[in-house]
Amino acid sequence: MDSLYREEILDHYRHPRHRGHLAAPDISHSDHNPFCGDEITLELKVEDGVVTDAAFDGRGCAISQASASMMTDEIIGKSLDELKQWGKDDLLALLGIEIGPVRLKCALLPLKALKAGVWGVDEE
Amino acid sequence: MIAIETLRTEFPALQRQVNSRPLAYLDNAATSQKPLAVLQAMDDYYRLHNANVHRGVHTLSEEATALYEGARGRIARFIHAPSSKQVIFTRNATEAVNLVAYSWGLSTLRAGDEVLITEMEHHADIVPWQIITERTGATLRYVPLAPEGTLRLDLLDTLLTERTRLFAFTAMSNVLGTINPVAELVQRAHAVGALALVDGAQSVPHLPVDVQALDCDFLVFSGHKMCGPTGSGVLYGRRELLETMPPFMGGGDMIREVRLSGSRWNSLPWKFEAGTPAIAEVIGLGAAVDYLSALGMEWVRQREHELVRYAMQQLSQVEGLHILGPGPEQRGGAVAFTLGDVHPHDIAAILDAEGIAIRAGHHCAQPIHDFYGIPASARASFYFYNTLEEIDRLAVALTKVQTLLG
Repeated sequence: MDSLYREEILDHYRHPRHRGHLAAPDISHSDHNPFCGDEITLELKVEDGVVTDAAFDGRGCAISQASASMMTDEIIGKSLDELKQWGKDDLLALLGIEIGPVRLKCALLPLKALKAGVWGVDEE
Repeated sequence: MIAIETLRTEFPALQRQVNSRPLAYLDNAATSQKPLAVLQAMDDYYRLHNANVHRGVHTLSEEATALYEGARGRIARFIHAPSSKQVIFTRNATEAVNLVAYSWGLSTLRAGDEVLITEMEHHADIVPWQIITERTGATLRYVPLAPEGTLRLDLLDTLLTERTRLFAFTAMSNVLGTINPVAELVQRAHAVGALALVDGAQSVPHLPVDVQALDCDFLVFSGHKMCGPTGSGVLYGRRELLETMPPFMGGGDMIREVRLSGSRWNSLPWKFEAGTPAIAEVIGLGAAVDYLSALGMEWVRQREHELVRYAMQQLSQVEGLHILGPGPEQRGGAVAFTLGDVHPHDIAAILDAEGIAIRAGHHCAQPIHDFYGIPASARASFYFYNTLEEIDRLAVALTKVQTLLG
């Protein structure tokens, strides 16, 4: 179970990549998990249908924050069409941990924000 | 002198390993573990006496009724109720509050009336009053918290007025551990002509409780936090009030006669127990009360006091750890805390890997967390069967969390 907090996860939690805000994002979406109070805002810069930059801000547990950091790292350079296909299994593969149903919500919160942003779902 | 190690062998779940380590169960404010005596009583009912109560004339039904009503009598004595007619079985403390809110509240409260509760309440003693005051046009007021985790009793003079119909408050906070001066608060309510409802979900399992000495009008508690099964709860009420309150739910067992033109209600306590009750669970709660009585509630209180004092001492040495609520003298078995900026769910997950079970979240008391400006907290809560070694393991594991994520 210590593997839930394996070194790479801890590294992303302690030193998150792309934390902050973009100057002029083309896509921005916020989501939260009321059960544990995790919050995330995801911003994307898109040129010719390709994500050229990404940033996230928010607060929450180590799993949700590491997941957001790893996801933003991964999606830069991908097209919106690719990201529409990109999903849960891809993100969990990035995280590389076995995760129970309760914490799964934490891990997948950044993905929820990404999907809503990419598909143009209105913010709540 | 009660030997803790011997006593622990009576709790099968405490023998478990979790993640290859002996379970340290420190989530007792959520629910307690169950001793063999309780499991045996429920098993015996199903194996030997299983029948519906109050109905049949056959042997098994008479046995089941005797066991069910016998449990009521023992539970009445446990809280020093003048009569077992004043002990009404519900599913849990939450249902007991709702019974009072829907029965007494809906039939009594009017616009201009006030219900006073506190910012320290569990959601179970907030939400029913929000619903009922909104429906009746009455006003809901709150006794504020003080930073040290006690109630602002200095404000009671302005909050309790001749408009107050009910003052509902917890005897012991499930987050802050704060033990409130129940008898004094009841007296203050009565002084302005208000009724007093005591949420005993955290106090009845952990302290001696005497409803006549407290002089409260209602007391609610849950069986599963006091060695009993889930699905068993109690509403104690003052006789004159219960006699005049309308039924909460209609159905079988709560009626004297049913005609197409209308029905007449059964007498107390059955007027408030519609349908087949949780027979096995009530019998289990009766066994739990016997178990606790044999230990002695004074001993339970003393034992937990030692555990909490030791826990607060050990935890305060963990770097970055901040305990919510008052010192050990005014506190029951719950110790909620934050650890720097580490999210409570991370704390609980890392502790679980060490075989240590604690709670993380808002513990059904969001207003307390709003007051402190935090989204959640971690909480270790103790019962008499916990040990100093378990508290040592907790402190060591929290230091590990601090190293890993702090």
